[in-house]
Amino acid sequence: MKSPRNNTTIIAAVLAVIVALVTFIGLVTVGLGGERGMGMPTDGGYFLQAAATPVMENLTTVHNMVFYWISGITALVMALMVFIMIRFREKANPVPSKTSHNVLLEVVWTIAPVLVLLFIAVPSMQLLYFQDKLPETEMTVKAVGNTWNWSYSYPDAENVEEIISNPLDKATADTLDLPYLFVTDAALVVPVDTNVKVLVTSLNNMHSWTVPSFGIKMDAVPGIINETWFRVTREGTFYGQCSEICGIKHYFMPIEVQVVSKEAYAAWVANDGVFPAQYKQYITEKTVKGSLALNTTSMGSGQSAAQK
Amino acid sequence: MVALPGENISVEPSGYADDDKPKFFQRWFYSTNHKDIGTLYLIFGIISGLIGGFLSYMMRMELAAPGIDVFDSEHQYLVYVSMHGLIMIFFMVMPALIGGFGNWFVPIMIGAPDMAFPRMNNLSFWLLPTALICLLISFVMPGTATEGYDVATNGFGGSWVMYPPLSTTGHPGPAFDFIIIGLLAAGFSSIFGAINFITTILNMRAPGMTIHKMPLFAWSVLVTAFLLLLALPVLAAALFMLFTDRIAGGTGFFDPARGGDPQMFQHLFWFFGHPEVYIMILPAFGIVSHIISTFSKKPIFGYLGMAYAMVAIGVVGFVVWAHHMYTVGMDVNLKAYFLAATLVIAVPTGVKIFSWLATMWGGSIRFSIPMQWALAFIFLFVVGGVTGVMLANAGVDAYLHDTYYVVAHFHYVLSMGAVFGIFAGFYYWFGKMFGVQYNKWLAGAHFWFFFIGVNVIFFPQHFLGLNGMPRRYIDYPEEFAIWNQVSSFGAQITLVGVGFFFAMLFVSLVVQRKKVGDNYWGEGATTLEWTLSSPPPYHQFNTLPRIEDNAEH
Repeated sequence: MKSPRNNTTIIAAVLAVIVALVTFIGLVTVGLGGERGMGMPTDGGYFLQAAATPVMENLTTVHNMVFYWISGITALVMALMVFIMIRFREKANPVPSKTSHNVLLEVVWTIAPVLVLLFIAVPSMQLLYFQDKLPETEMTVKAVGNTWNWSYSYPDAENVEEIISNPLDKATADTLDLPYLFVTDAALVVPVDTNVKVLVTSLNNMHSWTVPSFGIKMDAVPGIINETWFRVTREGTFYGQCSEICGIKHYFMPIEVQVVSKEAYAAWVANDGVFPAQYKQYITEKTVKGSLALNTTSMGSGQSAAQK
Repeated sequence: MVALPGENISVEPSGYADDDKPKFFQRWFYSTNHKDIGTLYLIFGIISGLIGGFLSYMMRMELAAPGIDVFDSEHQYLVYVSMHGLIMIFFMVMPALIGGFGNWFVPIMIGAPDMAFPRMNNLSFWLLPTALICLLISFVMPGTATEGYDVATNGFGGSWVMYPPLSTTGHPGPAFDFIIIGLLAAGFSSIFGAINFITTILNMRAPGMTIHKMPLFAWSVLVTAFLLLLALPVLAAALFMLFTDRIAGGTGFFDPARGGDPQMFQHLFWFFGHPEVYIMILPAFGIVSHIISTFSKKPIFGYLGMAYAMVAIGVVGFVVWAHHMYTVGMDVNLKAYFLAATLVIAVPTGVKIFSWLATMWGGSIRFSIPMQWALAFIFLFVVGGVTGVMLANAGVDAYLHDTYYVVAHFHYVLSMGAVFGIFAGFYYWFGKMFGVQYNKWLAGAHFWFFFIGVNVIFFPQHFLGLNGMPRRYIDYPEEFAIWNQVSSFGAQITLVGVGFFFAMLFVSLVVQRKKVGDNYWGEGATTLEWTLSSPPPYHQFNTLPRIEDNAEH
């Protein structure tokens, strides 16, 4: 009678350990590996988008740290369940014990999670304050949510007209081979390696100004001006999508940020918000065909009557 | 959890079972009997679940591929999103867990003949169909337009959170007024129910049934009732403020143009909304505790810890609400507080998980259908719980807020937590409630299709969220296509599971009708409902049972 039961214990323990390892290693390798999009999601991706700002780098670190903990906890519970379900099934353990208290055990499983949470809370708080406390910013942009587009203005550069950023419709986006539901007819232009303060507000419904690669999501609330900041460490185009339900075209008011070199930005501002010819690498096909894009957008998106 | 001495078996006088039941209409429409009302609640929950499930199935079909194929208008999709949330929360989970199982088993478990206020109990129930009808009417009422019947403007598409200004100036039509009225009715129903449960549990326990001997399900309903009583008036107030804000020339509580503040609505809403999620999960905790104990043939481990963990969850649940609104532009110190408070919730929840595992440790486990649901509940609740720890971090939440990661998280704790708790309880008490046992094969098929289906639906949604897909989008970029397709395939699997559920109901209740005895689960089932016949007599405990001092919980 004794040996088969010992065998059950061993088999259960071995299986439990295997399940725990497979779960943990699986979660961590799958969860933290994988291709990551820069400035936009990657096809079929299953991880955070790549970081373009120090905030997002920090955010990714905290996410990964928490991810190790929660994968470990999931693996532990899974292993315990596997062990219990094999070792203490009716056949293997016909006579149940009557234990119903163990003060030490109960104290341990109350204290242990507290310690884990402290490990999580400290870096998490650091991230929160880093993200939320604005450093000395060098310039300001204002993002205003409207139903359903974003408009950007530059309080520091009054000669640059307000940018109204409408999404391109599918036909135009496909013609230009640009990502539909991300691309707009006019992006927010900011310089690289610069601390930019973003003021976010809304004209009517709530919206949320979001750029995943920047680690930014800031609600646009009517009557309130929220502020946040970013410092993009590389040039390129970064996309985001409105992240607070705002009505019919909620899915159709993307955010596009074009990050250019400091000189190009200075020239862009000096030239009233248009890139001079020598910065032709920043002049996209879309900008050239801007008239086409604008026409189709205003016809296609139907954003006029429904809200009013 | 009360191990009863033998004397309780003969408390029912002979000839007691054929008490005169009222005729059909009186019995089911004027009903004041807690068991009949419980059954009505369960039937109501199943009907609402079908409506809410249909809405979500249509959403999944729309999202199966990029582009807008299934819905006629973007607005209609948002209406489905909003109504799915409202119906599943207020008309499926709450009625099934609190109204259904609470009504059925709380009086029996504490040894009471009925609820304290049977007529108010009847009112509680009948307010709910009224409320649901109001919500269904709102589907065909003008929403974003003030008049005219057009699928592109009918119904309310502002999500279950109903944030103004989208729910005030954004939806000037009467559709949202119907929702306000419906939710107020449902809220009053819950408040009456809560008063009833608190009174019943505090005053009508059988002699010897001290509060520390009370079964954990009764504990969970007691805590839930207090949460309802404190949280729902806040929702009612917030809804009423919305109502008056919506009137032209009315108030301006949430209108910045008149000195109001739209963020204030979010604070009010989530002050209700966060306790609400515990309202939905605590009764499931209670049910799972009984099932784990019964099928391990062991008393519950750490009974007092389990009971007070629920109290702790209830108390802390009231001071963490703003973690739903980290991105709304709160002060950083406030966010830091809510971050810390939210992490604290993980401690009592961990106590519950580990106590369930310890209950099974050393037990003699039988894997009957209810036990399968309960084991799945524990595991899936852990998965949903740990992603909650991730989301609690305000910094990381700036990335994950309002993405599919959140959708995956709360469906793991609700669609797999609360709903698995409902099914676990349903199969556990099936024989007790209906006097006949479920068909094992069909019930097993239901479990496996459902278990696999919901995991296939919701696990890939973590990936979508991490990759950046926002919630409440009818159309999405190509990059999100693969995992959405997988997720929608999971909806098909789940649909098969739902089919097996109804086949199980039909075969078990109509075709087979396998009669069961008083205590068909055997030695592990020790609460008072197992001392009664199956189904219990129309009026039980005419002579109150007496719980001995040495009885274990």
